[in-house]
Amino acid sequence: MTDDIDSESIVVRFAGDSGDGVQLMGTQFVAATALAGSDFATFPDYPAEIRAPAGTTFGVSAYQINLGAGPITTAGDAPRVLVAFNPAALKVNLPSIERGALIVLNTDSFTSRGLAKAGYDQDPRKSGALDGYQVVELDIAKLAAEAVASFGLSKSDAGRCKNFWALGLVQWMFGHDTSAVEEWVRVKFASNESIRDANLAALAAGHAYGETAELTAAIPHLRTARAKFPPGEYRGVRGSEALALGIAAAGELAGRSVVFCSYPITPASPLLHRLARMGDLGVGVFQAEDEIAAVCAAIGASYGGAIGVTSSSGPGIALKTEAIGLAINAELPLLVVDSQRGGPSTGLPTKTEQSDLYQAVYGRNADAPLPVVAARSPSDCFETAIEAVRIALRHMTPVFLLTDGYLANAAEPWRIPDMADYAPIETNAARADQPRAAGELPIFDRDPESLGRPWITPGMPGLMHRIGGLEKDIRTGHISYDADNHQAMTQLRADKVAAVAKFIPEQQVDLGADHGDLAVIGWGSTFGALYQAVRAVSRQGGRVSLIHVRYLNPFPPNLAELLSRFERVLVAEMNMGQLATLLRDKLGVQPTQLNKVTGQPFLISEVVAAIQRELQHVQGAQKPSAVNATYGGGR
Amino acid sequence: MSATATALTAKDFATPQEVRWCPGCGDYAILKTMTRVLAEVGARPEKTVFVSGIGCSSRFPYYVETYGFHTIHGRAPAVATGLKLAQPDLDVWVVTGDGDGLSIGGNHLLHALRRNVGLKILLFNNEVYGLTKGQYSPTSRPGTRSPSTPGGSFDAPVAPGLFALGAGARFIARGVDVDKTGLGSVLAAAHAFEGAAFVEIFQNCIVYNDDVFSAFTSKERAADAQIHVRHGEPLVFGEGGRKGLAFDVKTMRLAIVDAEQRRGDVLNHDETNATLAQLLLAMAPPEFPVALGVVYRNPAESFEKQFYARYPNGLERTASVADVLRRTSTWRVK
Repeated sequence: MTDDIDSESIVVRFAGDSGDGVQLMGTQFVAATALAGSDFATFPDYPAEIRAPAGTTFGVSAYQINLGAGPITTAGDAPRVLVAFNPAALKVNLPSIERGALIVLNTDSFTSRGLAKAGYDQDPRKSGALDGYQVVELDIAKLAAEAVASFGLSKSDAGRCKNFWALGLVQWMFGHDTSAVEEWVRVKFASNESIRDANLAALAAGHAYGETAELTAAIPHLRTARAKFPPGEYRGVRGSEALALGIAAAGELAGRSVVFCSYPITPASPLLHRLARMGDLGVGVFQAEDEIAAVCAAIGASYGGAIGVTSSSGPGIALKTEAIGLAINAELPLLVVDSQRGGPSTGLPTKTEQSDLYQAVYGRNADAPLPVVAARSPSDCFETAIEAVRIALRHMTPVFLLTDGYLANAAEPWRIPDMADYAPIETNAARADQPRAAGELPIFDRDPESLGRPWITPGMPGLMHRIGGLEKDIRTGHISYDADNHQAMTQLRADKVAAVAKFIPEQQVDLGADHGDLAVIGWGSTFGALYQAVRAVSRQGGRVSLIHVRYLNPFPPNLAELLSRFERVLVAEMNMGQLATLLRDKLGVQPTQLNKVTGQPFLISEVVAAIQRELQHVQGAQKPSAVNATYGGGR
Repeated sequence: MSATATALTAKDFATPQEVRWCPGCGDYAILKTMTRVLAEVGARPEKTVFVSGIGCSSRFPYYVETYGFHTIHGRAPAVATGLKLAQPDLDVWVVTGDGDGLSIGGNHLLHALRRNVGLKILLFNNEVYGLTKGQYSPTSRPGTRSPSTPGGSFDAPVAPGLFALGAGARFIARGVDVDKTGLGSVLAAAHAFEGAAFVEIFQNCIVYNDDVFSAFTSKERAADAQIHVRHGEPLVFGEGGRKGLAFDVKTMRLAIVDAEQRRGDVLNHDETNATLAQLLLAMAPPEFPVALGVVYRNPAESFEKQFYARYPNGLERTASVADVLRRTSTWRVK
């Protein structure tokens, strides 16, 4: 007998060997979840090794999804349901799941050899390690093999159907319709009939197994509330995909080609792969010989009138630094996408960290300011990319877009944007009305508001000129070593970036009132966890608000005033306090900090605890209400 | 400017900028030949771009009335590659030096050449760092005394032509700064080449490395110490063309023979033969003459042509973002 689960939302984790098809199972489950009208957020967790030995703990691949009524903004702290395909998957994931969670266990590899490979001395099913959990033991491999026996597959091919069998069962548990997955299988395996039919049979068999077992109540039902989405057309999207689409959309809005120049690096490469398939959207992709060549080629493309984009992660961005200064000096547009990871040096390539805010804002020789924006969620990557390119073209400057590996791989439902809602991206025209001496050209006739110059490119007759990295005369653009001119140019570069603030929206409060005891400030991919934590505490009466900042340099003009309306300010970020430094530096705000650099995203519970601490300070003797240790997000 | 090109002269390619190389620098001669060649080949100023890195040679773009981009140290080939991707129809010249192109920027030069990007790359080789006041460079000969090598340098130099050949360059030519005719024809040939055209120019640095090439560039020695190669013609040099180059099959090396007595043994230049190019580029005085002119030319489709061929309509959009957003399973919420 098992207990059904009814909840506003449920966190499910599929885990198995790299070869078990867990990622595929996860993404297909997401598609069905979306059709069932649930909100969701996902987090794929790949092994660091490319090909780890089968059955070992380093080879465990997992896919976590949090589904149910919205708003769901994170993949959840602790899974309520774990589907484990082998002992190693159980061993790796048991510590992170909720006490009392439902565990669906594929038993076929719980042999002495399988247990030894996972590092178990004794069978956890017998050692008491699973006491207190709801365990459903099934020989999924055998059940799947029986279901596909008639298709004449090899033993190994038949074994590969077990993810579809398990998916069929889980879909039954959630009451999901399997037709969307069936349709996907038909298309995906169209060229191989026997594999196609075997997968369909395994899916159906898993689903039927749930139905048959219903009589004995051996398999529980899992029920979540439906999400209340605004009406519209939806799709699922990963961060890397939304970012690629956003870059392509920016090109379309500007009526320019995009030339994307990059060098492979973890975790930035998914963007390179996505854009490499967007040629029909006017996106050209150049894989350069190194990071420096990548940024230089992007600058060359911008010089030629295309939208030059380069992308990397921390160490690669460091290599691009000198060239970014060139783009600042030459006043050329450039988008620099930084998929942050743990550092310094090579650091933790596959782990997430908000490592590069300092590098983006301060990381160049001399006074070399540039605008910096950060995306907060997978779908927000689309908006942020368009915004970044808009700033780059309006102000004729390189712009940093900060994202990270977590956002790149995480997925969520997305109301498909209507491109008609976006204003075209304008560039500055040469100003014919400016008084000009004979022989002088309008190359540096800057727009008085944005201080952006016209984008004059080779091929335009009569406007031949020379630009470069040397200091130039503020008016003519000719090389100038004049003392006063350098002062004026340095001021101009600062003013230009400051001018961005005139064009960006005011900082909004993302959750809660525009005044209160505590403002939680965050940026980038922590949005989901911060949102749930602030929501949980405010539901219990805490006077706390969330302010999540997209525009990190310059800040929105109202940010200082907004923060002054709160008793305390808590900056939560996955580094040692980079935004906190920036707030002190630029706004004179004195925040307290919540910092985490473990390579793992924030748990909602951690943020809740920090908020409680801060509220205690504000409320003095008044005792805060107790808060549960773990939050699954939305529950 | 009218669509029908009016004939331009060398003067039309001169900028009002005051040229700031040292008096007597070989760069002046190169600049003069370059502007003359631009006029002769009918280059359009607005369709021509000079991209440079850092160093004395890299000031070149300021003095040519075309578009110009003075970038950062060593990176001109990378910037120029991006420019060619954005605008494949431009004439893009890269001006670099031995330090800029072969030391800090060696990697980019290697890749621009092996990709066959349609760039005309002029490497001004003076075997010294001029702008930073005279340190030895990657092409300096062992024993070069300089501020950074007071006891003489000891590391082996890189041979630019052989480097280019090894990198997979399909056009390798050489000229001497003051040789208007020879350098002029090389620059014109580079202009006409579709892919990456690599030109090594022996350039005299009058301040820090004066006469470093005089063993083959001085008037007295030029005839015996230079061989101007021309495709299909005998490889002869010296007064009246009395000396010739032959291939010694026993040593697998070139040998100098009497061109009259052993006319049958004198090789004809074949600019498409990479093995011959390797032998010619390796020749050095005093034993051998220095090969000048187009040593190797073996055309192949340029990088940018292949790049554009991979897109449905160049980089013109053939789909809208609104459509592509829906190229996945979608659902409606009412």
